[in-house]
Amino acid sequence: MNPAMIPEGAHPLAATVARLVWLLPLLPLLGFLINGTLAMLGVAKIGPADPSANGGHGHGEVPGHADEHAHDDHGHPPRHKFAKIVSLVGPGVLVAAFALAVAIFAAMRGVEMEHPYLLTLFSWMPVGDLKLDATILLDPLSMTMVMVVTGVGMLIHVFSVGYMQDDPGYPRYFAYLNLFVFFMLLLVLGGSYPLLFVGWEGVGLCSYLLIGFWFSEKANADAGKKAFIMNRIGDFGFLVAMLLMFANFGTLDILGVAEQAAELPMGGVIATTIALFLFLGCTGKSAQIPLYTWLPDAMAGPTPVSALIHAATMVTAGVYLVARASGIFSMAPVAQLTVALVGAATAFFAATIGLKQWDIKKVLAYSTVSQLGYMFVAVGVGAYVAGIFHLVTHAFFKALLFLGSGSVIYVLHAAYHKTHNHDDAQDMRNMGGLRQYMPITFSLMWIATLAIAGIPLFSGFFSKDEILTSVFARISHSTLADASLLGMPGGTVLMIVYGLAVASALMTAIYMARMMLYTFHGPNRTGEGERPHLKEAPWVMTGPLVVLGALTAFGGWLNVPALLGAIGPVGGLEHFLEPVVGEAALRTTLGVAPHLPHSTELMLVGAAIFIAVAGIAFAVWRLKPAALVPRKDAPESTGIDRVLENKYFVDEGYAAAFVNPTVNASRTVLWKGFDAGIIDGLFVNGSALLARAFGWMGSQLQTGQVGTYAWVLLIGVITLLGAFTFR
Amino acid sequence: MLVEALALSALLFTIGVVGVLTRRNAIIIFMCVELMLNAVNLSFVALSKLYGAAGQVFVVFTMAVAAAEAAVGLAIIIAIFRHQRTVNLQNINLLKG
Amino acid sequence: MQANQFHSLAYAFGFYFFGLLALASAIAFVTRKNTVAAAMWLVNVMFALAALYVMLDAQFIAAMQVLVYTGAIMVVFLFVIMLLNLGHPSELADARGKWGYLLALLVGLAMLAEVMALNRSRTIEKMIPPDLAARAAEAAATPMAGGIIGPVAAPLFKEYLLAFELTSVLLLAAIVGAVVLGKRRTDAR
Repeated sequence: MNPAMIPEGAHPLAATVARLVWLLPLLPLLGFLINGTLAMLGVAKIGPADPSANGGHGHGEVPGHADEHAHDDHGHPPRHKFAKIVSLVGPGVLVAAFALAVAIFAAMRGVEMEHPYLLTLFSWMPVGDLKLDATILLDPLSMTMVMVVTGVGMLIHVFSVGYMQDDPGYPRYFAYLNLFVFFMLLLVLGGSYPLLFVGWEGVGLCSYLLIGFWFSEKANADAGKKAFIMNRIGDFGFLVAMLLMFANFGTLDILGVAEQAAELPMGGVIATTIALFLFLGCTGKSAQIPLYTWLPDAMAGPTPVSALIHAATMVTAGVYLVARASGIFSMAPVAQLTVALVGAATAFFAATIGLKQWDIKKVLAYSTVSQLGYMFVAVGVGAYVAGIFHLVTHAFFKALLFLGSGSVIYVLHAAYHKTHNHDDAQDMRNMGGLRQYMPITFSLMWIATLAIAGIPLFSGFFSKDEILTSVFARISHSTLADASLLGMPGGTVLMIVYGLAVASALMTAIYMARMMLYTFHGPNRTGEGERPHLKEAPWVMTGPLVVLGALTAFGGWLNVPALLGAIGPVGGLEHFLEPVVGEAALRTTLGVAPHLPHSTELMLVGAAIFIAVAGIAFAVWRLKPAALVPRKDAPESTGIDRVLENKYFVDEGYAAAFVNPTVNASRTVLWKGFDAGIIDGLFVNGSALLARAFGWMGSQLQTGQVGTYAWVLLIGVITLLGAFTFR
Repeated sequence: MLVEALALSALLFTIGVVGVLTRRNAIIIFMCVELMLNAVNLSFVALSKLYGAAGQVFVVFTMAVAAAEAAVGLAIIIAIFRHQRTVNLQNINLLKG
Repeated sequence: MQANQFHSLAYAFGFYFFGLLALASAIAFVTRKNTVAAAMWLVNVMFALAALYVMLDAQFIAAMQVLVYTGAIMVVFLFVIMLLNLGHPSELADARGKWGYLLALLVGLAMLAEVMALNRSRTIEKMIPPDLAARAAEAAATPMAGGIIGPVAAPLFKEYLLAFELTSVLLLAAIVGAVVLGKRRTDAR
């Protein structure tokens, strides 16, 4: 296989609509430009206000915190004067992009996609040996991602119209959101690692901008900074990986690197190092241990942002990257085991924290971290299709969950707004019994909950089950089983991974059921005054929810396992992605497709179903929503509850271990010593003194006498002439 | 005659320079500058014998610049005189900041 | 042959005569205390230079020299001198002291020596094109197109047309500047 040799025009896609693929990222960029201009033209005089502004800080951090900015003016704040145009342009470009993506997808189904379609736009960085072009790489993998990004992105854009249109920063919001989609498309379509990296950094920037969207609250701005810095740590790994690639392969094209990686020795140092550094990048972007703590804090942003960036698309970029670099990872079993183990540990760890969170968005955030861990388990064991499949289904149901929680928060906040109540609109202890007020949201969110828990025939069941089966199948007879991690044989590591994954599946079912019970069931705890104001959110918000609900319910048919061949065509996504990741996946399983005996497979599926049902049943049996009290009356929790509620004190541990020493060292050594002493004292003031001395000397020449100037001039002329004469 | 013409040009130029350096009357200094310009013109004309008429074209330009300079320079001198009642440069140090 | 020799002798005489006249007038010009006298000596330098231009086959430039320099610029100078009533040598010594003169002379001589050294040693020989004689003969044989002014006008209005047009802008700017500077301000004081 030598795809790089195929001339551009010869690809079957070149004759189809796919040659317009460059328009895909351009459309959101256009939207960004328009909305950005409008945002700058119509800078509102009032500060940021928001339907869920008091949300992001979690509970208890700022006791008695009142979101004054939203309540200064108890009438409705005036809408932004460009709100109408923005509501058209913002989602409009996404609709256009999605339509184009669908057309390209249809074209792709019509041709034989043995080789990826490369479209070189322009020469980007011709520097010495490094010749980088801005190349778009269109293959089934990037197509799948494009469909998710534009499709889910479009729905979330539409939802945002309802959620955000009363915000004074409405055009700015859509400008950021469109810019995000642009960078995300750049990330998935980039034909070389540096171009991918541009998208990678760009989505990080947009994430930062949107987390801190209501930047007048310090906590929000801090959350943005935290996300940004944590991501930089990961990006360092990505950068080192790229430098290593260039040093060893002499190229940074994705296809060129994959081609050369195939010639490396199996399990060699080069492949392992590159893969591990790439994975460091992934832990930052996709919130894995040890860099996961930014994602829960990222919930400070508007809820649709949490849905789009911090659940459905950006955070899955790490999974995409591992699948994209499958050529390298499949040559490094040790790195693969690391990925799988870190993924499983993250899944387990985050799920335990999710059990005891009270903030509805925090539950979902930890659930996202946990599910991302699942995806890394899949791509770690070389089951790239399973990982991408879970990525897609997760995008559906997690976007649905976030948008559903967004509806709840929106409605609750609106009710609080009307009654001038300053309670936390995101704390589940303040909710309860919402099913009678919001029946559509209620039923859709139950669909998503069943999906994420893994109840059969919902999308999550298929993808999660495939991951678990893949892990089990590789415990024997694979490169992973032959390798060893830190002295532990690979088979043992995989068994631990499997155990952790099953345990977190159980906890997933429990905490999701808990969230649903506390939010929608039991008595209503909002208070007498608010109750009359509780009603379903407007259609512009519930519409996307319905679409996502359908996708959540039936998304599993994308890739039906052979075991359930009776219900539909088997392995659709598997066949679609085969040209991209098939080779690498086969390498891990020693050249033969993984196969489990029918009975074993049935047993695994049965166990998974049992766990899901058991988890939900346990939650229903043990948790009593009726016993809950509103947040302001709730007692302090103790023991293990307290540990979980405070997320194992990891943030505090990081603060003690890294942040505070860094801050202290910076203050005493770098600031007081180096900056104030040497830089300011010696360099800044010293050079200023020197300049002043020279200036004083020069000023002595300035007599104001033209004659003197003429003399000086003449001396200069004579010197010059002399230099010519006596040359 | 070329060498003589260039030598004369150099001499006239030097005289102009010495004049600028020794005199203090702004108008005289100005006229010394005109003398220097004339010296350069002589070089141009002399060398145009070797290199064609383009040198003479430059003389035309020099004259235009000299005329412009005279107009603005003399206006400045008048303005200064109005202000200071003198054109002696020793008494004028407006350039000192 | 005879006539030619006489011609060249007369030419040399004329050249040296006007050259020395220019030099002497220039020295007189810088040493006069009286501003008007200095200006008149400068006029004399310019006339002598005009004569030299004629002898160097630059008749048009000579005419311009008389018209523009002597006729216009120097008249403006005299005009200003008389307007400001600077005709008499002022009580303050116009020139610097003896040392100033000496130093200026030294600097001037140094510069002159340098220029001369440059002229003598390398530059002049290198500047003379090797086919000068042939070119001069050719130029003498062919009658000039457009008479005397033609050779100047052709480059002026072709090659240097843009510069020529810009000169008009420069002059306009100078006129505006002169008016602005020379106008007595009515609002101030």
